[in-house]
Amino acid sequence: MNSITNEAPLKAEARNLSFYYGNFQALKNINMPIYEKKVTSLIGPSGCGKSTYLRCFNRMHDLYPGNRYEGAIDFHPDHTDLLSKKVDPIEVRMRISMVFQKPNPFPKSIYENVAYGLRVRGESARSVIDDKVEAALRGAALWGEVKDRLKELGANLSGGQQQRLCIARALATDPELMLFDEPTSALDPIATASIEELISELKEKVTILIVTHNMQQAARISDYTAYMYIGEMVEFGVTDQIFIKPKRKETEDYITGRFG
Amino acid sequence: MSEPSDRLKKDLTRHFKERVIEAVLFLAAFVSVFTTTAIVYILVSESWVFFQHVPLTDFLFDTQWTPLFDDAHYGIMVLLSGTITSSAVAVLVAIPLGTLIAIYLSEFAPFSVREVAKPFLELLGGIPTIIYGYFALLFLTPLLQKIYPDLPGFNLLSAGIVMGIMIIPYVASLSEDAMRAVPMALREGSYATGATRLQTALRVVVPSAISGIASAYILGISRAVGETMILAVAGGMQPNLTFNPAQPGATITSFIVQVALGDLPHGSIGYQTIFAAGLMLMLLTLVFNLIGFYMRKKYREAY
Repeated sequence: MNSITNEAPLKAEARNLSFYYGNFQALKNINMPIYEKKVTSLIGPSGCGKSTYLRCFNRMHDLYPGNRYEGAIDFHPDHTDLLSKKVDPIEVRMRISMVFQKPNPFPKSIYENVAYGLRVRGESARSVIDDKVEAALRGAALWGEVKDRLKELGANLSGGQQQRLCIARALATDPELMLFDEPTSALDPIATASIEELISELKEKVTILIVTHNMQQAARISDYTAYMYIGEMVEFGVTDQIFIKPKRKETEDYITGRFG
Repeated sequence: MSEPSDRLKKDLTRHFKERVIEAVLFLAAFVSVFTTTAIVYILVSESWVFFQHVPLTDFLFDTQWTPLFDDAHYGIMVLLSGTITSSAVAVLVAIPLGTLIAIYLSEFAPFSVREVAKPFLELLGGIPTIIYGYFALLFLTPLLQKIYPDLPGFNLLSAGIVMGIMIIPYVASLSEDAMRAVPMALREGSYATGATRLQTALRVVVPSAISGIASAYILGISRAVGETMILAVAGGMQPNLTFNPAQPGATITSFIVQVALGDLPHGSIGYQTIFAAGLMLMLLTLVFNLIGFYMRKKYREAY
């Protein structure tokens, strides 16, 4: 699909992935690599299937009846197909975490929000949870702001802080791959900048796949970019190449604003 | 400036119609306020007459309730114990079962099951209470007597259990509504961390819906406290200061029925007692409503 040489090992690879909402085919035969400890962004006009694609990785579609996957997502280092019927979606979500479009903190304290994933995994040792909560909040650049008010409700934080709280929650369980579904679309420019900076720091430790409707954002933070249109992967490549010298006419039209 | 032109002049017909509509709407709203005030006024003024003859301390602390005997005692504790005991049994049945049903219907049941189960559940709330009363007396009590032969024919236990069954629909249906109102985004957030359905239901959905669930509980308790017919039929109507549900007992409501049906002369002290008892009942439900109000404020939906 592309001829970029790169040293980054693969974290996952979509192979002939199709997805159906009932009879409606939302994704058409997608092939795409996800490189380890890199940021890969998905861009495209509304309804192009980028969120649908993202939600295949943690089997979110399993929550609703009538959804069907075809093809495979090969997950490394296990070399296991995430979409296989034999794979437990809960185990998948144990290793692949997700941050949503709108901040969705639980009606619990800041501390309990971050500890949620650990408690779900049966962790009950206070000292372990304390350490991981602090590490996750530091990782989400929120520790300094909330360390004296961990008992307060997560909903009392500002929108940008809530989103960083959700990132801390997704981070606390040491995921291998983090999925971001338009994480800044509900935030103001300053909060957006802090989340973008955070994502750039997170890729030291974790692979990131992010959906964004904002092309500048994709250009700023991602190493690889994929352009999607009506359920198809039009072009995938190194971000600079996609934005400076796209190979496909459709990609160029979208990026230059002639379309979309 | 001259008089307004014809086109800008106040339209008197329209003005009049608006005022009439306003008055009608005000009257409609006023009916409920008036009724409540009137009820409170009558209860308080009639109780006032009662408390002219019976000291408040006797009313609150006497351990006998024999207003119809020559040696009259007016210890409301006796009736209150019946109300509390039977309501406690009902609540112990309705809250666990109602909550479980609500969790199942909201979080686990497939669409088709919910569509069938919910109307049936709500039908349970539409059964006349007199039928529940005889169900307790003629079906449940004999059944319980097989397990526990010393159980008297009239008892608070079987009345309380059936009362619990009666209020399950209130608890379950309102709790389920509250849980279903929890945004899908919160459930997805929970699933995305690797939580199971049960963990999501218990750790995210129930806490998110807690104010609605608490209101459902309070409504259920108020129903149990005010329930009359089941207790009048199956509870025994014998004033009995006990917290043992395996005994017969009279509640505030069943006593009021007893007196209201009897041939006591209007205006006698015996007759006057029902107002004092009624006032007690109203204060009790008022307390529950206040608790419900406080809980709704404290645990308002934080999503």
